[in-house]
Amino acid sequence: MEQQREAGTLGMWVFLVTEIMFFGGMFLAYTLYRSMFPAAFASASNHLDITLGAVNTGVLILSSFTMAMAVYFTQIGKRRPQILCLVLTLILGLTFLGIKAVEYHDKYTDRLIPGHLIPSAPFGPAVNEHGKPPDHHKLTLLTGATLPQVEMFYWIYFAMTGMHALHMIIGAGLLTFLLIYSIKGRFDPEYHSPVEVIGLYWHFVDIVWIFLFPLLYLLGRHLEHG
Amino acid sequence: MSEHIVPVRIYVTIFLALLVGTTLTVMAAFYDFPWQFNTIIALTIASVKATLVVLYFMHVRYSSRLVWVIVAAALFWMGILFALTLSDYSTRQWLSSGY
Amino acid sequence: MKAIESFETPRPSEVNYINAQYGLKSWLLTKDHKRIALLYLGSITFFFFIGGLYAMMIRLELLTPQGDLLQSTTYNKVFTQHGIIMIFFFLIPSIPATLGNFLIPMMIGAKDLAFPRINLLSWYIYLLGGIITIYALLAGGVDTGWTFYTPFSTTFSNSYVVAAGLGIFINGFSSILTGLNFIVTIHTMRAPGMTWFRMPLFIWSHYATSLIMILGTPVIAITVLLLAFERVSRVGIFDPGLGGDPVLFQHLFWFYSHPAVYIMVLPSMGVVSELVANFSRKNIFGYSFVAFSSLAIAVFGFLVWGHHLFVTPQSVYAGMIFSFLSFAVAIPSAIKVFNWTATLYRSSISYDTPMLYALGFIGLFTVGGMTGLFLASLAVDVHLSDTYFVVAHFHYIMVGGALMGYLGGLHYWWPKISGRMYPEGWGRFAALVIFVGFNLTFLPQFVAGYLGMPRRYHAYPPEFQVFNVLSTAGASILGFGMLIPAIYFVWSMRYGKHAEANPWHLPGLEWRTQSPPPTENFEVTPVVTWDAYEFAPREEIEVVGKFGPEAERI
Repeated sequence: MEQQREAGTLGMWVFLVTEIMFFGGMFLAYTLYRSMFPAAFASASNHLDITLGAVNTGVLILSSFTMAMAVYFTQIGKRRPQILCLVLTLILGLTFLGIKAVEYHDKYTDRLIPGHLIPSAPFGPAVNEHGKPPDHHKLTLLTGATLPQVEMFYWIYFAMTGMHALHMIIGAGLLTFLLIYSIKGRFDPEYHSPVEVIGLYWHFVDIVWIFLFPLLYLLGRHLEHG
Repeated sequence: MSEHIVPVRIYVTIFLALLVGTTLTVMAAFYDFPWQFNTIIALTIASVKATLVVLYFMHVRYSSRLVWVIVAAALFWMGILFALTLSDYSTRQWLSSGY
Repeated sequence: MKAIESFETPRPSEVNYINAQYGLKSWLLTKDHKRIALLYLGSITFFFFIGGLYAMMIRLELLTPQGDLLQSTTYNKVFTQHGIIMIFFFLIPSIPATLGNFLIPMMIGAKDLAFPRINLLSWYIYLLGGIITIYALLAGGVDTGWTFYTPFSTTFSNSYVVAAGLGIFINGFSSILTGLNFIVTIHTMRAPGMTWFRMPLFIWSHYATSLIMILGTPVIAITVLLLAFERVSRVGIFDPGLGGDPVLFQHLFWFYSHPAVYIMVLPSMGVVSELVANFSRKNIFGYSFVAFSSLAIAVFGFLVWGHHLFVTPQSVYAGMIFSFLSFAVAIPSAIKVFNWTATLYRSSISYDTPMLYALGFIGLFTVGGMTGLFLASLAVDVHLSDTYFVVAHFHYIMVGGALMGYLGGLHYWWPKISGRMYPEGWGRFAALVIFVGFNLTFLPQFVAGYLGMPRRYHAYPPEFQVFNVLSTAGASILGFGMLIPAIYFVWSMRYGKHAEANPWHLPGLEWRTQSPPPTENFEVTPVVTWDAYEFAPREEIEVVGKFGPEAERI
């Protein structure tokens, strides 16, 4: 059993390595184009809702805490708190996805979805004009930023947060599976490898967001008045 | 080999530290630091947060050396992808004709 | 008395992994790594023949300088599909999924891999990827080249790029799961006494291969997804319209696809190490050098991808770094060749079919490797890039190297896998035909490429025709040669001579159980106290328990 637990943990870590390399490709694209188009990226980033982003960050961090506590309670054999923590983690995860959906909808109404992904709403945001008081719903272009470069930012934004959200959805599915088996009493201090291993996956998805939040939401805030 | 159980107070401490880190990074984002320090500060805070999650929530602090090597290898390999690709883009302008 | 004869040959029992259970469900829902290996064997052979059909069309078209057999757009699809099928659905899974799956647990004394159900899942994922790709081929094909370069693939191609990309993406998971399984198995499931440095070199190669699968495959996964996303949204990160760089695609693509060639060749090198040591009855020269060179190839292989971008706007300075590193990556491969040669020197070589393939590998891989050095030189590559020189180079490695190793391994372990011997005379004959056919196909391509014949063209200037005629003639011989083992392997399953447990009389752990093995591999867990290739007699070789009814169960 011990060897199986070790094997399960090792297996999940090896899988997380593949996930690191998977997201790594997108982080590379982000790094490259951000260094090439700093003004456009800052302009585009400033139009994201920092409150929703920060709340989502808090939500995920809390969910990581509840996930760690779920593992803890499983290790010491307290089934009720274990199930409660799993339920909380799932609810927080779904909250994250809900907030993300709100943000995506805002992008849709502001015509910020890149290219012809939504054929009826191609990319074409309204832009604040210089000299006039800025409209909150319109995009403010900093000096040197062009609209195609802003579109580049949003393409990367959707690719990265979309892929992240997909991983969250999978994580929610895995949590549901854990919940069902936990309620059936399948896990105890002797055998709880799936809880630990899915916990690792969940923490990884949290870590990706820990990097996504500052890189996507915060990069241009200090230039907001510029 | 018995399994290591991390005490709850450690989990709570790390959780609070993560919240503090998030608050710090949002606050720092609005202040205009010289040169590239905004980015450096943001990435440093994010890296510290990620490290805390890896070490404590993911139990790597209490795991075998093999797990440490696996994590380090993943970061190193992502580093290879970044370093060699960016070595292309950052040196293209060195030729006078540019690109 | 020689040590390997000091334990009893197991009495052939009626029950083995093949007849342990009957029925389609017992095969399609199996968790036995040996059955899964056979499932893979059937599927990859199927894809090999599809890829071979495309090859035949290429060579037929190129018999004449005019583009008379196929239209240029059709020809584009043919060479693209030849590449996609051969690389993703044959070469990459070939040795790991068949021989690796079958032998790794046996060679380390385990009952199965660490995650048997994930092993089965990896086969189903492979099939799913294959079906989607075949759909793309039948629906109209892909014409972008297996390299899918942007902006043609994202913006201008009118073929089934997204479907083919999806098939490749899904197939990547099969690779990842296989690699994951191997890594965890090798770390955690070695039998008592089986230390890292007592493992056969076949295991070291597969461990190194698995590292590449884990670290590289995800990058092509995201690249293909980004390509599909760009195609669907009609803008993207590779799109100059948004300020994007098409060369970024090439960076991301080759970050995987170069190490991928080491995924294809490292397992084959592992087979060759086994064949060279065992068929010359001599311990491999420099075991630890060969073991570490596998790891070195895996690591260094990730540092050289830019040599595929020498003729792009990639910075010359980056090009210089990649060129230097590409020379460096040849060193561990050369170390292997030196060690194999030193093993063969003054040894007692038996020229059985597996050994013929191993010797073929050593020669042909060396040619392929050395021609790679021409391509690693920046200035020479400007001349040779996108010519038939490149085509010949990689076919020497992929066919002359990887495929030879695969065939050699298949022959070597066939008695263990099937319990039957293949006909040795036909085996040697086929090996010879394949060797001659192969060289006749690809040697002229070096010359044609050097003289300037471009690749991926369906028509060419008449001065190149003589090389193409020789090449097509060679391809026909090669094709005929490959049919022979296909026939006699199938024939042997019913009419071949029954094989004993250790038909080659070798010390490896896989030979210490019956042929074919029982489902649990070993009736008793072995305790290993000997090195991998111990041919010298030793007094106290211990094997715990015997086989048959007197076996003690632990």
